[in-house]
Amino acid sequence: MSQRHNGSIIQWLNKFMEKVLTKNIRQDLSYVDLNAYEQTGGYQGLRKALGMSPTEVVEEVKKSNLRGRGGAGFPTGMKWSFVPMNADAPRPKYLVANADEMEPGTFKDRLLMEGDPHQLVEGMVVAGYAIQADVAYIFIRGEYFRSEEMLRRAIAEAYEKNYLGKNILGSSYSLEMIVHMSGGRYMCGEETGLLNALEGKRANPRTKPPFPQVSGLFGKPTIVQNVETLSNVPHIVRNGAEWFKSLSYTQDAGTKIYGVSGKVKRPGLWELPMGTTIREILEVHAGGMQDGVRFRGLLPGGASTDFLVEDHLDVKMDFTEVAKVGSRMGTGTMIILDDQTCPVGMVWNLEHFFAQESCGWCTPCWSGLSWAEKALNALEEGQGQAADLEHLAFICNFCAPGNTFCALAPGAVEPLQSALKYFRDDFNRHITEKRCPWRAS
Amino acid sequence: MLSPEERREIEAEFAHYPNKQAVSIDAMRIVQKHRGWVSDECLKDIAELLEMSADELDGVATFYNLIFRRPVGRHVVMVCDSVSCWIMGYDRLRRELTSRLGIQMGETTADGRFTLLPIVCLGACDHAPTIMVDADLHHDVDPQKLDGVLEKYK
Ligand SMILES: Cc1cc2nc3c(=O)[nH]c(=O)nc-3n(C[C@H](O)[C@H](O)[C@H](O)COP(=O)(O)O)c2cc1C
Ligand code: SF4
Ligand code: FES
Repeated sequence: MSQRHNGSIIQWLNKFMEKVLTKNIRQDLSYVDLNAYEQTGGYQGLRKALGMSPTEVVEEVKKSNLRGRGGAGFPTGMKWSFVPMNADAPRPKYLVANADEMEPGTFKDRLLMEGDPHQLVEGMVVAGYAIQADVAYIFIRGEYFRSEEMLRRAIAEAYEKNYLGKNILGSSYSLEMIVHMSGGRYMCGEETGLLNALEGKRANPRTKPPFPQVSGLFGKPTIVQNVETLSNVPHIVRNGAEWFKSLSYTQDAGTKIYGVSGKVKRPGLWELPMGTTIREILEVHAGGMQDGVRFRGLLPGGASTDFLVEDHLDVKMDFTEVAKVGSRMGTGTMIILDDQTCPVGMVWNLEHFFAQESCGWCTPCWSGLSWAEKALNALEEGQGQAADLEHLAFICNFCAPGNTFCALAPGAVEPLQSALKYFRDDFNRHITEKRCPWRAS
Repeated sequence: MLSPEERREIEAEFAHYPNKQAVSIDAMRIVQKHRGWVSDECLKDIAELLEMSADELDGVATFYNLIFRRPVGRHVVMVCDSVSCWIMGYDRLRRELTSRLGIQMGETTADGRFTLLPIVCLGACDHAPTIMVDADLHHDVDPQKLDGVLEKYK
């Protein structure tokens, strides 16, 4: 393993706020062992949870307003409350950490797994306890070898100290934890595709209902939760729902790991209060645009979110506020478009990804996205026609939510539909000039 | 024929899942770790061990881009072609790589040293452009740095 993150990845000392998720993470991302983790209060959340009833843990998480950090923002406690809890509920019940992180432009879960793996393990034991799960899987994307290594070390240490295994810390609760390395493909991150992948099948999505909470992995009750979501859980239990809510600037509670990539001065990740403005993240933390390039737009939270532009810089980054201006916070890791990068080329790159990753199940997705990719490529090559823009807009509607089996296609057209709106002139120039104006002729 | 070690590693995975088929991806990854790729013969052996048909297992294998069903070089160079790397110079990096190695994406050098493949976002977008060689992530890879990186893999 060669160079890894150096100083610039995280602007560590933002002295004005409380660090929750990243407080233990070291600049060189060296392993934070059990001892070090315990010294800052590690596994206290679990100890406290074991003294509560599972329902009390669910209630506390519900009250905290924790929303899923995988992109959709579904209320976490509410999801847990759908799991059958009666004595004759089907067994084993499963908890799955979604560590697939394949959304282009997203790099936050890797930090949490490499930088503080025990935090995820503890979060999983607490979440497992809340739904009385018997087995927990961590589904890690296949290229995250270092995350795998760190988590395997942490899991081994946790078993040794009986934070995992039979009768955890003398309680009647037992949990096994297993690492699964993915074979690749974006669809593995979609929660039902993920369950098929864990069952050793192709990662096609499943029909809902039944929902995984009732009938998921191997037909048993299952919760799938993002790495960042789970990493918050021990802190909520330990410090309470009110404390968690007090961390944020807005209705959506907690802190958030925000990221910026693209031509900014200091690309990186920062843990900040939920609801920090886009402007603060971009200009203060990421240091603004590199010299000689100007800001044109951004995808607020990964490849499958709608573009925002200059007018939106004062929007607060949370699930609710970003939705009000027609996009989504998604994963909270923003990708910046600058004036020396072609917006059509950028959207072509995105649609190439989505067309490639489509599982081929539904027509709007596989045919629509591959057509879109070709049309965008033609535009870039100077062979686009005015009618193509109408057809691209049609595909955006064709792939709208409700028309496809899973959320890949609706997500795929978000950057496309918004680019057609905000960068229309740039599309038109490709047609009238019969070339990409950004390419050296 | 699977080696005793491969067999042992695969069988150890059985304990982690309620049925054998669920081990299919882990099993193929294990074989690939030892051999670089999953040949037809290995696929048949794995299928037998998992009590599946070879066709069924191949249907799983072909879905996953990290399971190689064709031989690869001693080192696999995966170049991130996703959006942040594209913005930060993917095209130039790809051109450098293909011209230095004298192969196109998807090909293997004549000496069997490198296979070049595209890959999606490697989760290091703040240090774009990125490549992964075998299990090693390399970031901020500009053409000047490339020689030093490739040099490490013989
Ligand atoms: C195509 C696709 C890919 C996804 N990939 C991921 C992923 O890599 N990680 C993730 O946490 N959620 C991903 N999701 C969202 C999951 O389906 C699911 O909503 C999430 O894991 C739930 O966890 P959360 O509520 O904690 O966010 C993806 C969704 C879709 C449609
Ligand atoms: S929307 Fe696309 S990825 Fe999702 S099920 Fe349909 S074809 Fe597959
Ligand atoms: S886009 Fe290349 S590492 Fe994320």
